[in-house]
Amino acid sequence: MDVKVLETLEKARADRLAVAVVTDISTGAQEVVSQRYADEHVLADALQDGFRFDKSGVVSTESAEFFIHIHNPALRLVVIGAVHIAQAIVPMAKAAGYDITVIDPRGAFATEDRFPDVTLHADWPDEVLPTVGLDARTGFLALTHDPKVDDPALIAALQSECFYIGALGSRKTQASRADRLKQAGVDPSRICGPVGLDIGARGAPEIAISIMAELTRALRLGLNK
Amino acid sequence: MSSNDANLLRTANDWVREGRKVALATVIETWGSAPQPVGSQLVIDADGNFEGSVSGGCVEGAVVTEAQDAIETGAGKVLAFGVADETAWEVGLACGGKIRVYVEPVTGA
Repeated sequence: MDVKVLETLEKARADRLAVAVVTDISTGAQEVVSQRYADEHVLADALQDGFRFDKSGVVSTESAEFFIHIHNPALRLVVIGAVHIAQAIVPMAKAAGYDITVIDPRGAFATEDRFPDVTLHADWPDEVLPTVGLDARTGFLALTHDPKVDDPALIAALQSECFYIGALGSRKTQASRADRLKQAGVDPSRICGPVGLDIGARGAPEIAISIMAELTRALRLGLNK
Repeated sequence: MSSNDANLLRTANDWVREGRKVALATVIETWGSAPQPVGSQLVIDADGNFEGSVSGGCVEGAVVTEAQDAIETGAGKVLAFGVADETAWEVGLACGGKIRVYVEPVTGA
């Protein structure tokens, strides 16, 4: 691998661009292909599937064998609410490879002591989210329980491509929230709530496990599994 | 790609900037119960220091040796490991899986 390829990959990651490295494994010849131009490539089908399913692999043609290494943008998790459950989720999501952004307008909650090593915003979500940029590699959680904070954030998430939207709250809370969101003109059906897989979780760490499981399932299998 | 893999690329870049000679090893195919998915990587330097994982520990030793060789020769190669491998006692995959690993030197630094 030429060092220039390495540098290109590092830059693509910083810019959240999806690229693939295509290697002819008998000659070592290598090129970087951007997802944007994948459909013009001789291996277009394999490249597009690779980007879509986040799956690297070997492709054989009549004359050669290629390894397609997909480098999709890093996974991100945006958490609304610098609350106790968020504190339990952060280390798990980090271990699973997510870059994490925590947003809470309440300065007493959104402190670096409580959330070291995450991107922290002590601001209103609807002010911050446009700059965060929710994309298809982003999962989203609304955890404050407070409609003033959660609702505008959920509206932004529902209007984005993010692959998972979870919201804390009982079935009753979910129903009244769904009504409010419909009145605001968005379809709330993508929201996973009550959030998390039903594993009988008790307490913040176990709830965090159930949320991480649901998030992972949405990422790997899609929402309707 | 998980961010752990991305961190590895950063490690590779950092090592290159430090003037170390570096190779990359990448899982390109797996069969059966291989522990690390396709795309998992190991960064290796000429002294045999390494970061990352291609198998969960079973074949890293052999991959590091091959990577040091690749740094010397400047050429990439494909390695195959599995229970049927003749060196299975030394570097076989206890899980019963099979993997192919592409080892390549980082050049042009």
